[in-house]
Amino acid sequence: MAHAAAVQEDVMLPPPSRAPGAGVYSEKLGMWIFLGSEVMFFTALIGTYVILRFAHPDAWAGHPKPHTPLNIPVTAVNTFLLICSSVTMVKAFAAAQDGIQRQLRLWLLATVLIGATFVGVQVYEYTHLIEHGFVPSQGLFGSTFYTMTGFHGFHVTMGVLCMIYVTMKAFRGKYTQADHRGVEVIGLYWHFVDLVWIILFTIVYLI
Amino acid sequence: MATTATGTSPFTYDHGHAHVDDRSFIRKYIFSTDHKIIGIQFLIMSLTFLLLGGTLAMVMRWQLGFPGKPLPGGTLLPDTYTSGGVVLPEFYNSAVTMHGTFMVFFAIMPLLVGVFGNYLIPLKIGAPDMAFPRINMASFWTAVPAGFLMLAGFFVEGGSAAAGWTSYAPLSARSDLTGVHLGQIFWCVSLIVLGLSSIMGSFNYITTVINLRAPGMNWFRLPLSIWSLFVTACLVLLAIPVLSGAAILLLFDQTIGTKFFEPTAGGQPLLWQHLFWFFGHPEVYILILPAMGMASDIIANGARKPIFGYTSMVLAIIAIGFLGWGVWGHHMFQSGMNPTLGTTFMISTLLIAVPSAIKTFNWLGTIWKGQITFHVPMLHALAFVSMFVIGGLSGVFMAASPFDIYIHDTYFIVAHLHYVLFGGSLFAIFAAVTYWYPKMFGRMMNPTIGKVHFWLTLVFYNCTFFPMHQLGLHGHMRRIYDPTQYAFLKDLQPVNTFISISAFCLFATQFLFAANFIMSWFRGEKAPNNPWLDNGLEWTLPSPPPHGNFATVPTVYRGPYEYSSPHSDEDYIPQNVPTPGGGYGSPHPQHAGD
Amino acid sequence: MGNFLSWMLPEGASTFVGDIDWIYYLILVVTGVAFFAVEIALVVFLIKYRKRPGGKATYVHGSTRAEIIWTSVTAVVVVIIGLLSAPAWNKIKGREGVPPNAMPIGIAAKQFEWNVTYPGADGKLGTPDDFTIRGQLHVPVNKPTVAMLTSQDAIHSFFVPSFRIKQDAVPGMHIRVWFQPTKVGEYELGCAELCGLGHYRMRAVVTVHTQEDYDRWVAQAAHSVAQR
Repeated sequence: MAHAAAVQEDVMLPPPSRAPGAGVYSEKLGMWIFLGSEVMFFTALIGTYVILRFAHPDAWAGHPKPHTPLNIPVTAVNTFLLICSSVTMVKAFAAAQDGIQRQLRLWLLATVLIGATFVGVQVYEYTHLIEHGFVPSQGLFGSTFYTMTGFHGFHVTMGVLCMIYVTMKAFRGKYTQADHRGVEVIGLYWHFVDLVWIILFTIVYLI
Repeated sequence: MATTATGTSPFTYDHGHAHVDDRSFIRKYIFSTDHKIIGIQFLIMSLTFLLLGGTLAMVMRWQLGFPGKPLPGGTLLPDTYTSGGVVLPEFYNSAVTMHGTFMVFFAIMPLLVGVFGNYLIPLKIGAPDMAFPRINMASFWTAVPAGFLMLAGFFVEGGSAAAGWTSYAPLSARSDLTGVHLGQIFWCVSLIVLGLSSIMGSFNYITTVINLRAPGMNWFRLPLSIWSLFVTACLVLLAIPVLSGAAILLLFDQTIGTKFFEPTAGGQPLLWQHLFWFFGHPEVYILILPAMGMASDIIANGARKPIFGYTSMVLAIIAIGFLGWGVWGHHMFQSGMNPTLGTTFMISTLLIAVPSAIKTFNWLGTIWKGQITFHVPMLHALAFVSMFVIGGLSGVFMAASPFDIYIHDTYFIVAHLHYVLFGGSLFAIFAAVTYWYPKMFGRMMNPTIGKVHFWLTLVFYNCTFFPMHQLGLHGHMRRIYDPTQYAFLKDLQPVNTFISISAFCLFATQFLFAANFIMSWFRGEKAPNNPWLDNGLEWTLPSPPPHGNFATVPTVYRGPYEYSSPHSDEDYIPQNVPTPGGGYGSPHPQHAGD
Repeated sequence: MGNFLSWMLPEGASTFVGDIDWIYYLILVVTGVAFFAVEIALVVFLIKYRKRPGGKATYVHGSTRAEIIWTSVTAVVVVIIGLLSAPAWNKIKGREGVPPNAMPIGIAAKQFEWNVTYPGADGKLGTPDDFTIRGQLHVPVNKPTVAMLTSQDAIHSFFVPSFRIKQDAVPGMHIRVWFQPTKVGEYELGCAELCGLGHYRMRAVVTVHTQEDYDRWVAQAAHSVAQR
């Protein structure tokens, strides 16, 4: 290599003091960035709903008052359950940070069970609605309702599956006080999915 | 540094990662997590779709150049495609649609983002691989079934999607309007699946560029290829989900009877257009930014000079990324949307010409007072600049919304889009493939064939697409199977025939590139580490680099464009070579004439 | 055969020619100057600065002054083009641009034909003397006509090149499109939005009459439609 003239000095200099990077480990950074794409996805669906509803409000006639096809009380309880599962997730992460294995496992398990219950209640509500003729093809209300809640439910289901994987790893003792990245990362996703639901519940069910 | 959930620092500088890969053939080359292999996998897939897309264009050009005449080999096709060998309108509309779909989604985008994003990012920033190598593998293997599904459309009843690559509703939602049912469904599902692949790739690239840069590789020492790929990945991350959403809505209208785009039930056809083009405009910047970035790297190298105005070039890339979100309505000037929106979109669209102009002037500044070597990649990169200028200038005509009234949906638009996508992106791809081929395969492509391919392509390409401006100015509409139906178009038939013959020659010429690519893989001259005397980190490694890339983590002392620097006897100095006299180079480049 | 290589616009036959064509020529000149300047500079540089034995490239990183100049010149030029174009846009497509005395007609696009509804002798749409004809658009010269455009199935696009007018026809929407022809004669109408298999043959004839010929045509056409 013809760089002998260049290399004779400098070799003993210390490396640059500032290491490049976000100061956040990659898995967490990656999850935050991925959640950006999820924001855009749900914004497209929610934006569609807003546009269609403003253009054609009579497709939602009677909703939410005086007579809605949706079961708001049951869904309100379901919403509360999902929020509880975010609390259990926070407890699980705290246990991981403190290195308390037993609590980590139990709180993760609780999150899985509540999350699965949420999905189950959603499925129950869907069957009920379909039996009563409120189907995706009934009109704009059905179209938007099933698409938005359905894709949210799909995201919760994927979250539950990942949460089961993390829980199984926790039961095998794979998370330590020093390294519990998986717990934090699934927690981020879980809180996001909860936040989206709070928004969806408000605008789809309550307004 | 904030507390991390791991005890160890994410930045371990004590050792590099290069090592011999002794796993099985399947783990090494099929289900590989090595970004270099994945990049080459995307290369093979994309070049295949480029060929398929080109073939479909030949079908279209045959019908337009010789309407009603039997297509050579046409009698071999099923009678849903041709009748007595003559292309049927069904096949023509299908070819129009799938040509665009293949080229945009399965050729140009994966060539720029999947191939060069994967191949270049870790190498050029001094990293052993991407931040998430297994997700990288998943990204490729998700794109493959998406591709097969898109191809499958040709083999089902009703044929492939036929509503244009833009798939406007309600045409695309109703099989009674197109005569196509499964094909349109496959189109939607394929893009949803491909979208997952793209999103996986995008957050991988972004995390990698942020977190895995080698010491000394600060943001303003990144090559423009990496800057452009980074901004492109941000666009992919945020735009593709909107397409996914739109495709899901369309799919549901097609299959389960939802009413999103059904006017009789209150649905809004324009909603499809807003969603599609809100994605679609950032998409076209996805299709040009990496090309611009790689062309910059190659032009600086060919001119043996630093890039002129590096900071402006970076700001222009970022500006294009930002402004690109605010112009989508220019695809919808004549759609029936509120005319006031037309004025606002006209202004934003005219403004986005500015950063592209800045880049063009800086490319000129780069070759000014250089010592230009006309190697094959440089030829293509210079053609990129030249042709992109034409494409960009033609865009001004359609940005002016009153004139767009006349040229919208005519061949003037077709000329514009091919000047930026072929004249721009594809020439840059030819440049990039030739440039990085030695690093990828350890062999040089044959330069003589390269030069012949270049000149023939340049000539036939301009003969094919330049006259389309004139066709459009005469009112020749897009996507029409038989222009001779109109008296005002009949006189233009000689132009259509000329374009078609040029297109056939252009297509045939590409076999030179294909032959060069394949032959050089086995018989090309063995490539040295740094055949182009480039400053980038990848050129300090063997060709091809080992698994894990760098044996020792490089330290970066300067930017990538220090050609003809007074700090070196040579006219180049790789980024990881210490500056004589110590120090880490200046963090900000010197400016002449300040 | 030579004129199809020309950069001149084909002859037009409506008032919009005066509103639109000059914008085209202005942009043609501006982009033409830019094109020649850049491409010639490119070629000159490639020749002048090609590698020579013993030559050395000039080690320079840029020029802030140059950046400021070419950024601001480009920005000013494009903004001017926008400001100059906006009035024409408002006039042709704006809600307020439609002349109040324009003759109303209805145009319904469908796969693969244009159905034009005429107001009949009373000049008003939506009255019993309206009549509909397929594939023929008849209008009087030097008078504005405003069409209420819609579609019955897919999106089509109403395009009369000689009038420099184009407007998408969207199902579920009724969109106003107006024009004022300036020359008597026959012109063609084509569909400019892919609408299915017959998109390529969705043609209609536009006939511009003198006022007397138009009145005569209306009377005769209304009569034959009534006879059907």
